[in-house]
Amino acid sequence: MADPLLKVTDLKIEATAYPPGEPPQDITIVEDISFALEKGRVLGLIGESGAGKSTVGLSAMAYGRGGVRITGGEVLVNGRDILKLGASGLRRLRGAEVTYVAQSAAAAFNPARKIMEQVTEATLAHGRTSKRKAEARAVSLFAKLGLPDPENFGKRYPHQVSGGQLQRAMTALALCPEPELVIFDEPTTALDVTTQIDVLAAIKDAIRDTGVAALYITHDLAVVAQVSDEIMVLRDGHRIEYGAADQIINDPQEDYTRALVSVRSIDHGEKQPTDDPVMQASNVAARYKGTKFDVLHDVSVALDAGQTLAVVGESGSGKSTLARVITGLLPPSRGQISFAGRRLSADLAGRSREDLRELQMIYQMADVAMNPRQTVGTIIGRPLEFYFGHRGAEKRRRVIELLDKIELGAGYIDRYPAELSGGQKQRVCIARALAAEPRLIICDEVTSALDPLVADGILKLLLNLQRIENVAYLFITHDLATVRAIADSIAVMYQGRVVRYGTKSQVLSPPFDDYTDLLLSSVPEMKLGWLEEVIAHRKMESAGH
Amino acid sequence: MRGIPVSALIGLFFTGLYFLGAIFAPFIAPYGLSEVVGDVWEPSSSRHLLGTDSIGRDLLTRMIYGGRTTIFIATMATLLSFVTGSVLGFLAAVLGGWMDQLMSRLIDLLMSIPTLIFALVVLSVMPVTVPVLIVVMGLLDSTRVYRLARAVAVDVNVMDFVEAARLRGEGRGWIIFREILPNALSPLIAEMGLRFIFAVLFVSTLSFLGLGVQPPAADWGGIVKENKDGIVYGIPAALVPAFAIATLAISVNLVADWILNRTTSLKGGRGG
Repeated sequence: MADPLLKVTDLKIEATAYPPGEPPQDITIVEDISFALEKGRVLGLIGESGAGKSTVGLSAMAYGRGGVRITGGEVLVNGRDILKLGASGLRRLRGAEVTYVAQSAAAAFNPARKIMEQVTEATLAHGRTSKRKAEARAVSLFAKLGLPDPENFGKRYPHQVSGGQLQRAMTALALCPEPELVIFDEPTTALDVTTQIDVLAAIKDAIRDTGVAALYITHDLAVVAQVSDEIMVLRDGHRIEYGAADQIINDPQEDYTRALVSVRSIDHGEKQPTDDPVMQASNVAARYKGTKFDVLHDVSVALDAGQTLAVVGESGSGKSTLARVITGLLPPSRGQISFAGRRLSADLAGRSREDLRELQMIYQMADVAMNPRQTVGTIIGRPLEFYFGHRGAEKRRRVIELLDKIELGAGYIDRYPAELSGGQKQRVCIARALAAEPRLIICDEVTSALDPLVADGILKLLLNLQRIENVAYLFITHDLATVRAIADSIAVMYQGRVVRYGTKSQVLSPPFDDYTDLLLSSVPEMKLGWLEEVIAHRKMESAGH
Repeated sequence: MRGIPVSALIGLFFTGLYFLGAIFAPFIAPYGLSEVVGDVWEPSSSRHLLGTDSIGRDLLTRMIYGGRTTIFIATMATLLSFVTGSVLGFLAAVLGGWMDQLMSRLIDLLMSIPTLIFALVVLSVMPVTVPVLIVVMGLLDSTRVYRLARAVAVDVNVMDFVEAARLRGEGRGWIIFREILPNALSPLIAEMGLRFIFAVLFVSTLSFLGLGVQPPAADWGGIVKENKDGIVYGIPAALVPAFAIATLAISVNLVADWILNRTTSLKGGRGG
């Protein structure tokens, strides 16, 4: 048998860490990784953040990001060891034989140059073909990737097209030099689900039609299951499991893989409406300062005490704006908010301390939601001091109690946020909100920045706390699996309006309106062939109309 | 004292030396401040380590007392400029809106007049005493600190943790001093090292022009002024204060650099 296109043996990757106050030390990031990839096949690399999946992926270009060094093993592309290539050899390899698709297309494109120039740049720099032919190929790739008006698409600037289109343009960029291997680094992670499915289908078709091999890096097993032939599960730089996609999804051998497969399967029986609303928004409209049009239109929702209302929608649907209106950061232009039977002042300055205490908020990015110069004890202790006047030993005792509630323990009281992991930070933020003994906590995408397993832990904790403290959650998210896990009632938002609102079972059972149907069918399922099913179903429907 | 880099140790040593010299001037100085003890511009000898000045006073004594005056005025002016500049800057960032506009435009107005000319005008109508010098220098310099403090605070002010504090109902005092100040300290400290040296140069310039420290009191700029004519005859007396200013500038900044590194890496800082 001929050599595989890509063969990686005993890969070892190291980096130098600079702990404060100590001499620099070398740490191993990836060890003992071996795999092979045949022409035209797709290998999915999956793992949580820090698993080393991007690092392994980039080794196929012999590239180490941010001071990372490949220190051992070999990486063979078409039988030659690219780790031994000099600078000029690597230059011929990168962007021609092996290309790369980055996570954030918006950050990867130069906003000052037209898309066509950038898509054909590498192809021309490598002298692979003439400018006219490269542009013709780019246009045919645009068409293949389902971009609108492929002839003229390249004449636009990056800011003139949507995020999903830009991501497809970057795929065209990577495929334009007719490479043999493409590295996809989380290409759909930053997109909305309804956009993700289109990009995913486009990428899959393009891979099949051009016959390239691909490394597909992602943290979402359901996504990788749709495009990969084989899957490698990584954790802490080590290989956990490596096999055919079918085997990994349907018959995982390792506990860790099983946990990943069954992630987001928390199901929470919904509570019945009690008609005892803790928060009620009536006919709320809002606009940003200095603008003339509303971004929220006529939103009316109610949330019962001790229950969870999930607000679902894509980015730009107005769900976070609704949260800002309820907290008082953005006074509504029309409508009103009532809270625990009293009418809330529209403006933050007009609210009493009691109003502020009973309405707490948890943010998406726990990193920036905590002052990096305060210890956990100060962060959680401040609401206790501020609202209840606890001081000294009494405050410390309450902080430790709260740390126990979020399953962290007293040992964390003197740590700084930088010394906590992502999940621990979010737990501290939850404790800070709980410290105020609120009736309502607004959770703004609190799990979207976290790895799936960590996110599951946070959701379980929130459900537990709701049972004990009888606190209501207004849960803003774009992720429907999260909604299933936590919601009692759901409001689906689209372009600043609530398009569907009711109890969880009502909202999630047919008949659906068009948007909810699109949203629900776009959420990747943990099974092979899901993508084809959905696409086929949609084609049939549009043919039927 | 483990883990202090060599450069910081050198900086600490010399900065310490200058400050100790300034504090204990009366005990260290071999002669009296305005005591004439020799001939005009005597070369250095065992009796007069740095020689004598234009009217026969011991130069080393003049340098030690001069350093005391210069360092005292510069330190006080720097502290004053940092307290007023950063408090006003933070306040502008937190208040925002028209208050921010009003304050910023007033500061712009002040900054549009060259500092030296502004100081000369003010000092020519005011009695030139040490407190007046400190206040004039401190307030003029605080415009620069205001700009920096406001820029840093505007960045910190939009972070979620500040919003969280606001939603909690915290007052402006807490937001400025407990949320913003600790996160704005690193760039301010770095700037402080630099500003201190500018203050040393500024007070020296004023004295050289005759509007700073008044004789018979000594300061480094004054010593240059008194001895500048000697340069024509190859007498190095005027260069000694220049050398002192240069070494002080370097050592203070070595220390500031080290503090900056330490505070940014200590707890992760903002954005690593």
